[in-house]
Amino acid sequence: MTLLQVDGLSKHYEARRSLAQRLVGTPRSVVRAVNDVSLTVAKGEVLGLIGESGCGKSTLGRAILRLHEPTSGRVTFDGTDVTALAAPDLKAMRRRMQIIFQDPYASLNPRRTVAEIVGLPLALHGIASGEEARAITARVLERVGLRASQLDRYPHQFSGGQRQRIGIARALVSNPDFIVCDEPVSALDVSIQAQIIALLLELKREFGLTYLFISHDISVIGYLADRVAVMYLGEIVETGPVAEVLDNPRHPYTQSLLSAVPEVGPRRDKARVRLQGDLPSPLKPPKGCKFHTRCPLAIPACAERPPESRGVGPGHVAACHRLDGNLSLLEPVR
Amino acid sequence: MTDAALAPTSAPAADSLFRRNLREFRRNRLAVASALVVLLFVVMAVAAPLIAPQDPNATDLFRRLQPPAWIEGGDWAFPLGCDGLGRDILSRIIYGARISIFIGIAVILLATGVGILAGLAAGYFRGWVDVVIGRIVDILLGFPYLIFAIGLMAMMGPGLVNIVLALAYKEWVIPCRVVRGETLAVRELEYVEAARALGAGPRHIMWREILPNILSPVIVVSTIRMANVIILEASLSFLGLGVQPPTASWGSMVSDGRAFILESWWVSTFPGLAILLLVLAINVASQGLRDAFDPRFSE
Amino acid sequence: MTVLLEVSNLHTEFHARAGLVRAVDGVSLKVSRGECLGVVGESGSGKSVTFSSVMGLVRSPGQVTQGAIFFDGRNLRDLSREEMRAIRGRDIAMTMQDALTALNPALTVGEQLAEVLEAHDETLPTGRTARRTAIRDRSVEMLGLVGIPSPEARLRQYPHEFSGGMRQRIMIAIALACRPKLLIADEPTTALDVTIQAQVLELISDIRARLGMAVVLITHDLGVVAEHCDRVMVMYAGQVVEEGPTDQVIGAPCHPYTRGLLASIPRPALRGQPLTPIMGQVPDLVGLPPQCRFHSRCPLAQPQCLVEVPMRDAGPGRRSRCLRLEEMA
Repeated sequence: MTLLQVDGLSKHYEARRSLAQRLVGTPRSVVRAVNDVSLTVAKGEVLGLIGESGCGKSTLGRAILRLHEPTSGRVTFDGTDVTALAAPDLKAMRRRMQIIFQDPYASLNPRRTVAEIVGLPLALHGIASGEEARAITARVLERVGLRASQLDRYPHQFSGGQRQRIGIARALVSNPDFIVCDEPVSALDVSIQAQIIALLLELKREFGLTYLFISHDISVIGYLADRVAVMYLGEIVETGPVAEVLDNPRHPYTQSLLSAVPEVGPRRDKARVRLQGDLPSPLKPPKGCKFHTRCPLAIPACAERPPESRGVGPGHVAACHRLDGNLSLLEPVR
Repeated sequence: MTDAALAPTSAPAADSLFRRNLREFRRNRLAVASALVVLLFVVMAVAAPLIAPQDPNATDLFRRLQPPAWIEGGDWAFPLGCDGLGRDILSRIIYGARISIFIGIAVILLATGVGILAGLAAGYFRGWVDVVIGRIVDILLGFPYLIFAIGLMAMMGPGLVNIVLALAYKEWVIPCRVVRGETLAVRELEYVEAARALGAGPRHIMWREILPNILSPVIVVSTIRMANVIILEASLSFLGLGVQPPTASWGSMVSDGRAFILESWWVSTFPGLAILLLVLAINVASQGLRDAFDPRFSE
Repeated sequence: MTVLLEVSNLHTEFHARAGLVRAVDGVSLKVSRGECLGVVGESGSGKSVTFSSVMGLVRSPGQVTQGAIFFDGRNLRDLSREEMRAIRGRDIAMTMQDALTALNPALTVGEQLAEVLEAHDETLPTGRTARRTAIRDRSVEMLGLVGIPSPEARLRQYPHEFSGGMRQRIMIAIALACRPKLLIADEPTTALDVTIQAQVLELISDIRARLGMAVVLITHDLGVVAEHCDRVMVMYAGQVVEEGPTDQVIGAPCHPYTRGLLASIPRPALRGQPLTPIMGQVPDLVGLPPQCRFHSRCPLAQPQCLVEVPMRDAGPGRRSRCLRLEEMA
């Protein structure tokens, strides 16, 4: 059953023009942070959204929650068109759609106690107040591995991992169905990362949660996601079941991304794809296929028109002009 | 390895940022001493009728321009001497403190309140709200402060309330700009976004999430500005546009003494010193506040 | 291979408000010429402080209190400030994690390269024009070496005009300008995307091979170590807990912390299996008693572990700070 459906979602930012530029008539430059993205998330599923910094994956997560108002497109959550909701209904919907942030330092108000931070949704939605709210907050806090005796402390008295637990408790307290996890472990040390990942998976099972898990770390996504979507310059270039995409990546960008991940384990000579150059500026994205400037397989057609998404396996879709030749960058190069 | 990495487990329980900052402030001895001087002036103002040795408005032509007690011709009942109408200078300084401090506090409270409202609105809503408030701020900043206040006083006529209004009319611009800038920065932080994600509306976000986090710089700036307001009030009174005689005001006392500055220096000097001491104490104390509460701003 | 850097029993302490922090507590290590040593640890493990101490860059309230740092036969702790300054940049160079703040925003890349060359390169000719040309040529050569396209033009640009990966390359170019014998790379790729990270790490490995320079790679990423380092040293709470050849340490760790770290790394192969994270968190370093620092989080801990544990031999070229290492095999 589909819980979340995203259709043609775009988020464009207009770069500011100075008065002089406006007078001279410099055209508006638009950053297409998210461009015509469609995806679905089934109930109880973890969809991993992967991409490098600046690819628009965080913006996508926030546009889905309408934290950043989408420019166009539609988000349907459990049959309701979220993009059409008026303010009061949107507020009610926020109970069911939550977010966990990357930075455990910036995401907690330094002047509020843990009880105030975690209990905020209870107050905002009139779920509970006073002693009752405190009791619920304490319970959730204990569930995420903190102690009820820490309710009256301030964020600065906790370590990064503990703060992330506070952020998780805050997202959990209103009993949501769906949580956007925006790089929730990227800022943490390896041993703490594992604790938080384990906690998120436990909570998912226990409360029947659905996650959109945003990360730049393929190992993390490979470990916990059911399906994965790969993003490059505001567009999704490949989606599919995680095993399919990781074992048999079809888009050259996915292939190069996978081969760049340093792996623990006995050293072996794996085929390497090294991308040349950096991510193009999102202000001036390449024409045609956005990846063609760095793609080792690019042909002239790639620079001319954007590729269509095509099915390449069960539930596995990729957008590339060169899927037919069954070309792969990952053939052993030696 | 930084202190921050070690803090979580070693920090004492329930210790708010505010209390930590206060501890920091207490470590700065000069600032604490200055704060005490300011406090002394406040106590003096409040308890003026109890402290003042004489009636500040009682004239006595026989004591006209009587020198301070330690100079020949002085009298310990009138320790700092008397002015051109034979009024006791010390008593007038004590009563004058009421005017200076009342106006300083009233103007700053009013201006800070207005500034916070306008700054929060401009910084949070941005768009046309920001443009309108920004233009008003720019226009007000274009006028020289004192001339602006003189103009207003001339229009509204003298009086305590009018002085407060005339000064606050422009003073709110300062906290407004601080609040707007801080709001712009804080509104982008993740915890504000988190509150929005939880369903919080603009009111909650502005008052509960943003304001408590930007209050430190606002308080710091406001105390620094208070010294300035006191000087402005003295200037207005000096020009005869402030509190009307016979009410004692430091500015008008300095002005009164101008005529005798060469032979009877004490008439102008002591109220001048009072202004200097209070303004200096406020400045040093507020800089201590700034160092403790808002280390970003100190060098 | 001869030993280039030998640190023995290094202690660096910080006087924090809460008390004395032994950030580096008895660290000993060796780096041979041309070798790449990986230093792995989480935040607070002392891995960066150890090498700031080697560079003589520990700032107040920190202080190196004990130990010897032999570099190329000289004890760096005996050197004067001046002598130390001469060694930094010329013989030992260090790159920082955050290239944007480590580079001077007000100077062009060319000026920053020239500064280092002026200060350290004695082979430069003395005539003014000749000297300037020589510096220019060297700068262009260095930028070319780190793979920056059209280096002549890029020399005139400021750091903010480069992308994150390019800035890291520039910092490496500046570090390498005087052909140091040892490059200390402190988290060189943490701030970078994975495709750019791969480029930078390969660049470091490549230059190491070409210049025969030794590299210390400080990182929290065991994957990076596995792919780029000959030997690895694992640090925990200010101490070295395990060291040895990379393949062996990662293949068969003989300290419970290393083992826990490896088990903490999520990877696709472990799908469906529970991760086994290390429980709890790094202990507060203030006033730690002299006993095994990992015992509070260690699944193997026993009452006998509450003593000071020395580094012990654990096979050829391997050492571990665990009383029960025999049982780990």
